[in-house]
Amino acid sequence: MTTPAIRVHELRRTYRRPRTSLRQPGPVVEALKGVSFEVARGERFGIVGESGCGKSTLMRLLAGLDQPTSGEVQVEGQTVSGVPERRLGFLRSSLQLVFQDPMGSLDPRMRVRDIIAEPLVAQGLPNRQARVTELLEAVGLSPAAADRFPHQFSGGQRQRISIARALAPSPSILLADEPVSALDVSVRAQVLNLITDLVGELGLTLVFVSHDLSVVRHVCDRVAVMSEGEVVETGATQQIFDDPQHPYTRRLLRAAPSMRRALAGAGTAELIGDAS
Amino acid sequence: MSAIATQVRPAEPPTSRVLDVQHLDVRLGRFHLLHDVSFSIDKGERVGLIGESGSGKSLTSLALLGLLPDDARISGSIRLAGVDTDLVGARERDLAAVRGRDVAMVFQEPMTALNPTMRVGDQVAEAITMHARRGSPDRRAARARAVELLDQVGLPDPRDAARAYPHQLSGGQRQRVVLAIALANDPALLVCDEPTTALDVTVQARVLDLIVRGVTARDSAMLFITHDLSVVATVCERVLVMYGGRVVEAGPVREVFRRPRHRYTQGLLAASDLDVGVPGGRLPTIRGTVPPAGAFPDGCVFRSRCDHATQVCATDPVWTGSDPGDGYACHHPADEERMP
Repeated sequence: MTTPAIRVHELRRTYRRPRTSLRQPGPVVEALKGVSFEVARGERFGIVGESGCGKSTLMRLLAGLDQPTSGEVQVEGQTVSGVPERRLGFLRSSLQLVFQDPMGSLDPRMRVRDIIAEPLVAQGLPNRQARVTELLEAVGLSPAAADRFPHQFSGGQRQRISIARALAPSPSILLADEPVSALDVSVRAQVLNLITDLVGELGLTLVFVSHDLSVVRHVCDRVAVMSEGEVVETGATQQIFDDPQHPYTRRLLRAAPSMRRALAGAGTAELIGDAS
Repeated sequence: MSAIATQVRPAEPPTSRVLDVQHLDVRLGRFHLLHDVSFSIDKGERVGLIGESGSGKSLTSLALLGLLPDDARISGSIRLAGVDTDLVGARERDLAAVRGRDVAMVFQEPMTALNPTMRVGDQVAEAITMHARRGSPDRRAARARAVELLDQVGLPDPRDAARAYPHQLSGGQRQRVVLAIALANDPALLVCDEPTTALDVTVQARVLDLIVRGVTARDSAMLFITHDLSVVATVCERVLVMYGGRVVEAGPVREVFRRPRHRYTQGLLAASDLDVGVPGGRLPTIRGTVPPAGAFPDGCVFRSRCDHATQVCATDPVWTGSDPGDGYACHHPADEERMP
């Protein structure tokens, strides 16, 4: 059992922007500039960074939704990068995604039952009805929810549906891309509790992407901080928060408003700091 | 009517009060959306308005700008310093003169707040010429002033930036432009509705700082709406907590956040406090979700989600406190909870 859940080695991904001149090709954007890390089985791994840092590109590569320019992604010892979709069946049953916007990631014309059963259908798994009921219960929704449509639910409930769908094929790895960013604080706490409980009960490996440091701090054991296509710092969550080494990590930590610091008298000037 | 209606506000020097909202009540269709909302903001004061989606925050801000739908039934009063008429029931042409001059707003999504077909410098200049008080507006002067304002909000190369279209700017830069437009006429009151929710942390830090410096330099009053409690704690001096279209608690930020009295405020604070506890530990939550408009219970609006609710909560809680700006409306207030 020494194979890591996820192993990423020297991952690069470049995109070409649309050309702006007839004479020369469009400029090349380096979304990922050689990213390497490993996520151990059962670990709760956080990826923190701001928009444009490459975290979404990384997510897509981990899920086999995009191909890297160079480098390698392995999930549970099997190579994902460069493998055609028809041979990624193992990945679809072992790794599942939860997205940020629960309305945009649920088909508005499908009933919840069909949404949750879709990964089961795709994988040809049996006993779908029973499994859907079981999943609804696991995420704290009533079995009656199965017959309704996504628009009949609140944001937090929709995110529960997304989580139920992701768990349907019993994956061992859950990728959560900003799963609580669109939610109100009280609902955010409910969904975070749900994710934490499920990850613990089912022994999942969690990769949790967020721009919100406090959320990552609460959920994850280990964190990678990304900036401009690179992982600038990795370490145990507590260590990163208590003693950040990289200047970018420091700036990020300082910029996040904190209730404690604010009540102690910190204003907006402290968020910027002198160094920036 | 709750006791807010009968409270007599202590006498204050009238010169320092910028905004005075009294018994604001808004109904739309069969829904009663705002109930007897009263608060005031003094000159140079920064007040936060917090609550979850559906609690009435944005509706309150729209009411302040006279932007509620035409079929909304509004009662109460909204008085703004320097404006003779009550904003409730004012004619549209009077409101148009007030908006952007005496009260200005920064919206959440800068892309929809800006005109995509117009250069941003012209949009700032338009805000100035539109309210030029006498004679024909001086376009050249307005343009120069626009560049100056863009410089003040920290846009690099303000002269070039003024010629850019909104889509050529990043989210943070667009929000700076919106702020420049809002501050163009040195408004007495600046209303910010979730101005940094769509921005990255480091960009948010810059924009918040610009907003605070902008209103401080003008000695403007500010109403800052957000669901992020730590942003309110950083930016504001006073806070109003809304739930179910009512102000359920109000007071100085440090008091309310250190020692919340209303059970809703207490729940919100506990749910958003991720700093404490072991990673992966359970967070305290408020059970259920905000009910849809019209589905809030009678009496205390929060009782359907409150762990402390009893029979008495079916009756309207009275406002405990000296005035609408400092107090709470709860039958079973929290007492001992205290943040370190």
